[in-house]
Amino acid sequence: MSVTTTQASGKPAARGSSQPGRMGGGLLDPKMLWKSTPDAVRKLDPRVQVRNPVMFVVEVGATLTTVTAIVKPSVFNWTIVVWLWLTVLFANLAEAVAEGRGKAQADTLRKTKRETVARRLVNWQPGRPQFAEEQVPGTALTVGDHVVVEAGQVIPGDGDVVDGVASVDESAITGESAPVIRESGGDRSAVTGGTTVLSDRIIVKITSKPGETFIDRMIALVEGAKRQKTPNEIALNILLASLTIIFMMSVITLQPMAFYSGAPQSLVVLVALLVALIPTTIGALLSAIGIAGMDRLVQRNVLAMSGRAVEAAGDVNTLLLDKTGTITIGNRQATEFLPVTGVAEHDLADASQLSSMADYTPEGRSIAVLAKDKYNLRERHEGELQGAAFVEFTAQTRMSGIDLADGRQVRKGAASSVTQWVRDNGGTPPADLGGMVDGISAVGGTPLVVAEKANGTARALGVIYLKDVVKEGIAERFAEMRRMGIRTIMITGDNPLTAKAIAAESGVDDYLAEATPEDKMALIKKEQEGGRLVAMTGDGTNDAPALAQADVGVAMNTGTSAAKEAGNMVDLDSNPTKLIEIVEIGKQMLITRGALTTFSITNDVAKYFAIIPAMFSGVIPALGKLNILHLHSPQSAITSAIIFNALIIVALIPLALRGVRYRPSSAAAMLRKNLWIYGVGGLIIPFIGIKLIDLIIQFIPGFR
Amino acid sequence: MSSATAGWLQLGLLVAALAACYLPLGNYMAHVFTTDRHWRLERWIYRLVGINPGNDQKWGAYARSMLAFSAISVLFLYGIERLQSYLLLSEGMKNVPPALAWNTAASFVTNTNWQNYSGESTMGYLTQMSGLAVQNFMSAAVGIVVAIALVRGFMRSKTDRLGNFWVDTTRITIRYLIPLAVIGGIILMAGGVIDNIASYHTVTTLSGAHQTIPGGPVASQEVIKQAGNNGGGFFNANSAHPFENPSPFTNWFEIFLILVTPFALTRTFGKMVKDTRQGFALLAVMVVLWLAAVGGISFFESHYSVGGATAAQVAHGATEGVETRFGTAGCSLFAASTTVTSTGAVNCSHDSLTPFGGGITLADMALGEVVPGGVGAGLYGMLVLAIVTVFVGGLMVGRTPEYIGKKIRPAEMKYAALYFLTTPATVLAGTGLSIGLRIPRASILNPGPHGLTEILYAFTSMANNNGSAFAGLATNTYWYNTVGGIVMLVARFAPMIFALGLGGSLARQQPVPASAGTLETHKPLFVGMLIGVILVLIGLTYFPALALGPFAEGLH
Repeated sequence: MSVTTTQASGKPAARGSSQPGRMGGGLLDPKMLWKSTPDAVRKLDPRVQVRNPVMFVVEVGATLTTVTAIVKPSVFNWTIVVWLWLTVLFANLAEAVAEGRGKAQADTLRKTKRETVARRLVNWQPGRPQFAEEQVPGTALTVGDHVVVEAGQVIPGDGDVVDGVASVDESAITGESAPVIRESGGDRSAVTGGTTVLSDRIIVKITSKPGETFIDRMIALVEGAKRQKTPNEIALNILLASLTIIFMMSVITLQPMAFYSGAPQSLVVLVALLVALIPTTIGALLSAIGIAGMDRLVQRNVLAMSGRAVEAAGDVNTLLLDKTGTITIGNRQATEFLPVTGVAEHDLADASQLSSMADYTPEGRSIAVLAKDKYNLRERHEGELQGAAFVEFTAQTRMSGIDLADGRQVRKGAASSVTQWVRDNGGTPPADLGGMVDGISAVGGTPLVVAEKANGTARALGVIYLKDVVKEGIAERFAEMRRMGIRTIMITGDNPLTAKAIAAESGVDDYLAEATPEDKMALIKKEQEGGRLVAMTGDGTNDAPALAQADVGVAMNTGTSAAKEAGNMVDLDSNPTKLIEIVEIGKQMLITRGALTTFSITNDVAKYFAIIPAMFSGVIPALGKLNILHLHSPQSAITSAIIFNALIIVALIPLALRGVRYRPSSAAAMLRKNLWIYGVGGLIIPFIGIKLIDLIIQFIPGFR
Repeated sequence: MSSATAGWLQLGLLVAALAACYLPLGNYMAHVFTTDRHWRLERWIYRLVGINPGNDQKWGAYARSMLAFSAISVLFLYGIERLQSYLLLSEGMKNVPPALAWNTAASFVTNTNWQNYSGESTMGYLTQMSGLAVQNFMSAAVGIVVAIALVRGFMRSKTDRLGNFWVDTTRITIRYLIPLAVIGGIILMAGGVIDNIASYHTVTTLSGAHQTIPGGPVASQEVIKQAGNNGGGFFNANSAHPFENPSPFTNWFEIFLILVTPFALTRTFGKMVKDTRQGFALLAVMVVLWLAAVGGISFFESHYSVGGATAAQVAHGATEGVETRFGTAGCSLFAASTTVTSTGAVNCSHDSLTPFGGGITLADMALGEVVPGGVGAGLYGMLVLAIVTVFVGGLMVGRTPEYIGKKIRPAEMKYAALYFLTTPATVLAGTGLSIGLRIPRASILNPGPHGLTEILYAFTSMANNNGSAFAGLATNTYWYNTVGGIVMLVARFAPMIFALGLGGSLARQQPVPASAGTLETHKPLFVGMLIGVILVLIGLTYFPALALGPFAEGLH
């Protein structure tokens, strides 16, 4: 028997933990700048630059001034030439650094997909025990092939488990070291190529073409290879291009006016003025912002299939949140024992604990925990009670319990089933039981009735109050969402009563109770008809249509491949709460673009005050009055403006990568804050920066 | 009453009168464009010209109708001018030469009313009445309907239809412009503006010299010249001529006519998009910048030494070129109002303003005629600037920017960018070429920075369809007639096409409901930001040219 092997089957520990920010946040490592320099130089190719109109103009200007400087060399000319080229280089560097972070991740991922050998089953059909097996390279697998994978082997491609159960180590993809269970049928059948089976044996039906597997897509995404400009990026590019054209007109037509005024300008000075005016700051950082936004998602273990999806996340109006796991902690928990009249609370607790001994569901465990915490009942284990038989919960009986050796029977379960059991065994349910059950239901809890049969007659002991526990801090989160203008809708399979109680406690804006996949779909369509953008999470195959319909559909990595196909994002941690973070990252990306655009435009005011007097005060002394910064000389003034223009790009790379700090608040508050920082700041900072640079470079010989 | 008190009183009364008319006129225009009922007179017109009034047009069809109508207008006007000596009521005027006829035709159809001629010695009464005055109505109507088509883009959803150009134009002319002109004309006549078709009188003055006193249908043309923001004077002296503007009252009333419609259109906009607060926000932007212009010019004209006046102006107390009937205040208020709208009528010589005062009139026009701008043109120009502002501001609140429920996506941005690119590009290209080439440069009468300002002013005025002249530039030449005509046509109709394209693109969208995360475009914060964007964008575009013109002259 051959074995599926992989060269890199070791732990890809390099990916580290799954905690947000594990890539070291947005801090700019100087080493990173150095490492990205070759890439930045390579991007000087005009065929690459032409995609970015603003920086292309700078590059053309730099080329023209280089020619001029060669013909008429001077300290001033060469200084401007060098700084113009540096401006282009810095812009490239920003993009290269952003891409570099993705490349590091892609390299790690690539290791997981090398040289797998698959054991393909010929003509596999369910039920038949024996099959011919052939070995093929993992890359030769096509959709519909069946492969067998055993413990220690790497799954050769994406697919669904069609036979067997196995625990799988998915750390290669999720960074999470705890193994997960994958089994045929149901919503946990999807497996991903590159992950390792730890125990047992499964048969996997391949669902992706070679080269289009999840890992392939992930590599392409983090590398930015298939990066397309998002609609908003295109719109912003149009704005920047038109500003560039206007400034080109201003500068080109300035020359005849300057001639008329008796102050013709050299090409170097005109190019310097143009570069200072066109929005180079945002032009240089625009693509880095987009790449870094995707990267921030990857750091949070979310894969967005397109930048468009990330942008849509920022625009979302309505969030559909599954109750379980998002709003409430995974499961209901026992919070109280309510005995009927004539039964001691302690006895009820004891009976409840007995009945839950073999109940390993989280609800069952919580009963044991409550009994121990509140009544100090020591937990009993299966082996302790000789001759006891456990009654498993089934969908038919809707009860579970225990039959003790002394003939005593204890049952717990749904109210109707247990009361029926009491009647069947000669007992009469007490009058106050019905009221207690209804009371718990009315406040959104789940009542479990406990009964026992001793000496031939059964009697009800009381009720266990199971309660959904709303996650801590979730109400504040929803309040934040409301301030951001986002409506939250809780989706739950619970009855309307329970749903209402939890909705009230958690503070969601609305809820959809007893939700079927069809209801969910209808709700999404209704919201969209009103012009709203909808985001949701889902994992099951029956979620797939709704995931595809939603504007932002986040599939859980634990989900089926159908769900993962349908959504436009995959959360590797399978944490539905992350939807909220995704929205924030989407917003942050747009805010960063807007803030840097504002900054870039307002910067121009100071540059005018530096450059225009420098150009003309020699011939028209009156314009010297505009030299409010009292810069040293015309040459030093122009040079300072250009140096500032280039350095501000480098200074803002960390901001572009990290994104503008975002705190949920109303649009008005956010706009006011950002206008102060980036609008007013953009007006003032260059005055200071240019003056400081001028104070230094005035000592360079050649700047009179 | 001191001159300053008179100035404040004029301004106060003006604001009060404008405020009183704002709601009724704005609401009325909204009604005109939204009602389903046609007047019988309108039905006759539709039947006569073969229009199906129920035909809702796509933006392209709307634009083609508008262009076809304007092209015919140019040809018709050109024809009348070239043939006027053979027609009635020519008053002995010769046919207008081709280059001048072309320039004038382009000028009046584009609502510019740039005049390279003196009315009283070039145009016969028929040309004035059936050519120029008709275009005063029609060019104003075209401006308004384009704005309305853009507003429909905000109003409507999931459609590619923006209304019917012919219906809109007919309605605004018959239901609004003509009644306004009739009432305004009567008031002007009562105020002393002449209106006759009598031949010119030759009189002998006391000293025995002969003087020709012109006549003409002046009041009827004067009223629409102002109300339609056209500005082309019947006489060369324009609104400084005593027959056009005899008294301080008519002066005040003409300023009122200039401003009333463009301001009221913001109400029409608010009413039509069913959010009147949006209209008030745009109004606030317009009022702030208009008052700043009035205040600025008044300040520099009354403190002429600060205004950078020349020695000669200081000697005359900056009253050189100022019509003494109106005084500095009346002149400043008029100059500011005529340049912030695309009117371009003048009651004093802008060439004689102090450098900074003249600089403000230049800057007013450079703003793109949006505060409140030309009738209609001001509204669609302001809407485009609001979209650019919303785009940058909207990004800063973390959403795809939206304005009045419509998203600003690449398609919308494309039209908006092309729109605000066109006018500065034509201004700068025209100025650069004219000052760079020998022949057009020879037209400059005042050398030095003032000459540069004259050319810059001329092209800013033509490209923004204002039509006021700085004077001091001999523009009745082949170059200025031909290039000027092209500049006016391009700078009028290209932006209109982009505005309609923008409307078409917006109309197709489904509106996005507003939420707490939406940038509120009716709040002071947005008003301030819009003002900032307008000033910064325009300032950055024109700063180098302004530095070499008004700044070089005024800073000494």
